[in-house]
Amino acid sequence: MAMNEIESDPLLQVEDLKVHFPVTEGVLGRKQVATVKAVDGVSFSLRSGETFSLVGESGCGKSTTALSVMRMLTPTAGRIAFAGEDITRHTPAMMRPIRRQIQMVYQDPFSSLNPRMKIADIIGEPLVVHGMASDKTFYRKQVAELMDLVGLLPNMADRYPHEFSGGQRQRVGIARALALRPRLIVCDEPVSALDVSIQAQIINLFMDLQQELGLTYLFIAHDISVVRHMSDRVAVMYLGKIVEMADRDALFDSPRHPYTQALLSAVPVADPAIESHRPQQLIVGEVPSVRNPPSGCRFHPRCVQAMEQCSQTAPELEANQQGHLTSCHLYGSAEGRLASAEVPG
Amino acid sequence: MSTRAAELVSAPISSKSSWPIIDFTRRLVRDKPLGAAGGLIFLIFLFCGIFADIIAPYGINDTDLHRRLEAPSLSFPLGTDHLGRDVLSRILYGAQLSMVVAFLAAGLATIISIVLGLASGYFGGKVDMIIQRMVDAWMTFPDLVLLIVVVSVVGPGVPQIIIILGLLYGIAGSRIVRGSVVSVKENMYTHAAQSMGGRNLYILRRHILPNVMPVVIVLFTTRIGAVILAEAGLSFLGLGVPPPAPTWGSMLSGTGRTYMYLGPWLALAPGLCLTIVVYSINVYGDALRDLLDPRMRGR
Repeated sequence: MAMNEIESDPLLQVEDLKVHFPVTEGVLGRKQVATVKAVDGVSFSLRSGETFSLVGESGCGKSTTALSVMRMLTPTAGRIAFAGEDITRHTPAMMRPIRRQIQMVYQDPFSSLNPRMKIADIIGEPLVVHGMASDKTFYRKQVAELMDLVGLLPNMADRYPHEFSGGQRQRVGIARALALRPRLIVCDEPVSALDVSIQAQIINLFMDLQQELGLTYLFIAHDISVVRHMSDRVAVMYLGKIVEMADRDALFDSPRHPYTQALLSAVPVADPAIESHRPQQLIVGEVPSVRNPPSGCRFHPRCVQAMEQCSQTAPELEANQQGHLTSCHLYGSAEGRLASAEVPG
Repeated sequence: MSTRAAELVSAPISSKSSWPIIDFTRRLVRDKPLGAAGGLIFLIFLFCGIFADIIAPYGINDTDLHRRLEAPSLSFPLGTDHLGRDVLSRILYGAQLSMVVAFLAAGLATIISIVLGLASGYFGGKVDMIIQRMVDAWMTFPDLVLLIVVVSVVGPGVPQIIIILGLLYGIAGSRIVRGSVVSVKENMYTHAAQSMGGRNLYILRRHILPNVMPVVIVLFTTRIGAVILAEAGLSFLGLGVPPPAPTWGSMLSGTGRTYMYLGPWLALAPGLCLTIVVYSINVYGDALRDLLDPRMRGR
């Protein structure tokens, strides 16, 4: 689907985003001793109404990317445009009207709700912040509608967060994110803190809301099966870079990058008969430090198919005919194409 | 259907009063009887202090040298001191002065702690660095040296005492508030409020302050006791409220200590009053802290 829609204006466009954090030492005359390149040249765009997922291990920079999109961080380099407006260098005051259109759902449903506020006040908070609560009847009606929308009962309005379960709290968090009728919702691991049985409910709620309200999601996750269920397009990140980006089905059915292949093969299959016999491609070793990333392709020390070239030059993110983007030397040269034939898939 | 569910729905409505203060008092008495008692005792002392002119049987400086150091009796319920002054009357007037000093100084201290602690903890970075180094610098001076300098420049008196004690305890207490702010700030609801476009003052007022209130309440109630005692120490050095005005501190550390063997009631009376007031305000503060926390409701 969807590759032909690429011409329509993207809702969010991220171009060559870099977020570097300096590491300083010394009390007097602080010296910068290193740079953590949390995000190092990430580009992607979101079309209106789609769900775009960023997947990767912890520390790969997916949350930093999300925070940059929210402009809770100022990027070191690159460009972020929301609905055609360049917001890369916007001041907090300039961001205020834009914040109404980008909202966030958080991972931890316990720390994301103020324990001293009632549910109704939490949900209505964005309206208060943006001065839309002066008309009390309008405000109450809005909050009641939001609660209904996410499946909370009206008599819960005067209760406090601690009286709710994780799933219900996450519904409150979602209702709060919807209060301003945003166009983009950034979901930072919104179900990973929930019980598996509740995860499904919340995911379905996300999908229902998308249908109903035409929302666009930037979905950050490390749970492959959740991503597969929800996404239209998926990007896999490793150490601050996108290594593979494609439509959901293309990525899951024929992963091209060795890292993606390993990631997908790590997901267990529910049938033990299949599980015990299926080929698994385990990643060896630990994630290298972002402070001192490997030369060339950042994945090469852990890659089973690493070639000599991989430790010297970093591969570019290149598309094949189907628009499947991969950053790997296996697909760059004739030699690589040969190798790709052997890739299990 | 379960009647319990029906109760849960109807209970908050029936017990809610249109006056929050009445509703609060009802909950205080029901859930925290000890705290309610503390509050009541404190109110009694406050009442005595305010109406000392009417209640006190004698004036504070009515000396009767024939009846010096008399043990408690019907005419002098708490005895007399070395100048033949009625201890009860002096305690009552002392309540007035001590309470005023304690409340205003502890209140000022708490406000200073909140302002410095919030700014330092919330904004962090350079603001934090500058404020904390200034707090460090201030705390390197021994309290007594600062007090002596200030009093010798402007002279002793109640307003000076309040301001200087307020500054001393306020600046030291800002560290505690700052620490609490730093931990509250880490919660994602602060992040959420920022990401929805909330301004700093709004976030401080709506999210940070309510969640550091438990610390602030404890800080305030412990400071009350500390201030009364500090004022006593100052009065002893002649830097506090000048005599013959009675304060519990000066009665305790001045005449009380000097005549401890001849008239133990001289030290016992103000000492007990001090203990009772400090304890009752602490108990009340704890109750207040628990009642203001929604998580503690219905437990």
